[in-house]
Amino acid sequence: MTTTEIHSESKGFLTSALITVARVLVSVFVPIVAFGILWAGFIFLRDSNAPQGVIAVVAILWGVGGVAMLFWVSDWVVNRTPLHVAKKLQPFVFVGPALAILAWYLFLPTVRSLYLSFFDAQSNNFVGLQNYVFAFTDPKMLESFVNNLMWIVLGTGGAVGFGLLIALLADRVKLEKAFKSLIFMPMAISFVGAGVIWRFVYAYKPMGEDQIGLLNAVVTFFGIEPQAWFTMSGWNNVFLIIILVWLQTGYAMVIISAALKGVPSSIIEAGRIDGAGEIRIIRSIVIPYIASTLVTVSTTIIIISLKIFDIVFTMTNGNYGTEVIASMQYKQMFRFLHYGRGSAIAIVLVLAVIPVMWYNLRQFGKREGF
Amino acid sequence: MTLAKKRKNSWNLVVNLVLLALVIVWSIPIIGLLISSIRPQDDVLNTGWWTIFSGDGSFTLDNYKRVLGGSQTTFVDSAGNTIRASGDNLGRAFINSFTVTVPSVIIPILIAAAAAFGFAWMMFPGRKLFFTIVVALLVVPLQIALIPILRDYQKLGLTGSYLGIWLAHTGFGLPLGIYLLYNYISTIPRDVFESAFLDGARPMVVFARLVLPLSVPAIASLAIFQFLWVWNDLLVALVFLGGTADVAVLTQRLANMVGSRGQDWHLLTAGAFVAMIVPLLVFFGLQRYFVQGLMAGSVKG
Repeated sequence: MTTTEIHSESKGFLTSALITVARVLVSVFVPIVAFGILWAGFIFLRDSNAPQGVIAVVAILWGVGGVAMLFWVSDWVVNRTPLHVAKKLQPFVFVGPALAILAWYLFLPTVRSLYLSFFDAQSNNFVGLQNYVFAFTDPKMLESFVNNLMWIVLGTGGAVGFGLLIALLADRVKLEKAFKSLIFMPMAISFVGAGVIWRFVYAYKPMGEDQIGLLNAVVTFFGIEPQAWFTMSGWNNVFLIIILVWLQTGYAMVIISAALKGVPSSIIEAGRIDGAGEIRIIRSIVIPYIASTLVTVSTTIIIISLKIFDIVFTMTNGNYGTEVIASMQYKQMFRFLHYGRGSAIAIVLVLAVIPVMWYNLRQFGKREGF
Repeated sequence: MTLAKKRKNSWNLVVNLVLLALVIVWSIPIIGLLISSIRPQDDVLNTGWWTIFSGDGSFTLDNYKRVLGGSQTTFVDSAGNTIRASGDNLGRAFINSFTVTVPSVIIPILIAAAAAFGFAWMMFPGRKLFFTIVVALLVVPLQIALIPILRDYQKLGLTGSYLGIWLAHTGFGLPLGIYLLYNYISTIPRDVFESAFLDGARPMVVFARLVLPLSVPAIASLAIFQFLWVWNDLLVALVFLGGTADVAVLTQRLANMVGSRGQDWHLLTAGAFVAMIVPLLVFFGLQRYFVQGLMAGSVKG
């Protein structure tokens, strides 16, 4: 090895170290400056007395314009550097802001929540596994685990079951689009809105009065006593889960329906020629063919059921034995101000999605181009 | 008509009837809500909404006036009396929802599109590792971030500000945004860029002039998904916007109404409809993109 080679190598090391520092700076530069400018604008807007509509419009322009402008500014800065440096910095003008924000909002919080979960309510004293002992032994927590399991099994089963049924039936009729559209519509409605809609369906008035809730009206029509559905222990969870099924069936149906269009008609014809009936064809040909779609749809709805919060929060606030994991976490955070327990419960939720994460990563690993 | 054809026809009728029954069951809750929201208070509270089909009953927009109005709303009821009542200020919440939603859709899409372009068309150290992290973060429940970010916000004075919630929705929406737009942008043929690069265009120019316009279909689907997600979100708003009426969004106000006016069905039904009208318009107006957006966005954590 000659001296010049060593020289250029050490110089190369120095430049690459500098370039790494510059890359980090570029990544952090855009978000921090953007943040600073947005914040300054905000203090100004917050203190102004303009009508609310004007403030809203200015805020929107400020926020969106600020972000767009800062991309241009960091690009301009990078282009002032020598060409070989600019080439190395350029990618971070694009991916840097996203990475910085992801780090702040999702990646670091996972680590920080894990850390906080070993501390007490105000995060002052280390308490070891105490919060996890709470998470896995507290009667309310155990209740929420059982309920969440119920949400997952009945919610996912219901939505995917109805979704599959409707997709199969709609595939065979002329008015397919109209039918599907109406089943799908609830997807546009928020959990809170759906909560109000169904609270009204479940509304209760004592025996003898005119019922205004549809369900009790039907029940009394058949001569049965009206029920306060939300306080029926055990069953009340089912009445809440029906709301999720109502919302998510449309999603399951749309995806399954798209998969059904992909089943080659030649296989189905072959089945018919072999004398298989409609039910047999569906069971032995169609369902195996769309199995992977069914898995994807189920996984998605399982994750939604696992994190379910809005419906429980607005309908029963976790009373009458309807607590779920996410509502317990919210209560620990805001009612009991216990950050340690709240963090431990959040970690439990993350642990529950790890199998899905692992599966996604494995699928991603198989992809070409990376 | 042959026997086989007859059997097929009756089978068809059965399928149609079953579907019709399911569609009716699915739509009835919404129909009941709509009808109740335009019935006078006394009717709503005393008789079922289905009784209007027997002919009697009147309609009114008073419920909407009341839920949209501010703290003191005055209106004339159907009997001609002037009524002063405290409204629910959903009009203001409606504007707040827009103020929260519009940047919470545009900002993450801008940042995600830039990142997707970087991941798809540029080489840099850590590219694969960073993208793997993005894929892993796709399903992480956002509950994990609530406490740490809330503590940061308390230190920075960001709780209860629009900026805080925009950034939060940006952070939570980015993994999906990057993932979807990467899938799309990486399939744009290479020669589209090559001539631009040969002409000496900077990557930022290529991104703004070529990549963004070419990605419009993917961006539209993502925008609709993110819009629905932010507009319909309750948890993030509760945690980061707090309970002040000044900034509260529709979902928060509606959840409050359920708590404070649990039995005032004439107001709750009108309020719920105010909260869902925009997503429903999007649903009926942009159904094609809506379907694509939901199908694509189904893995969000």
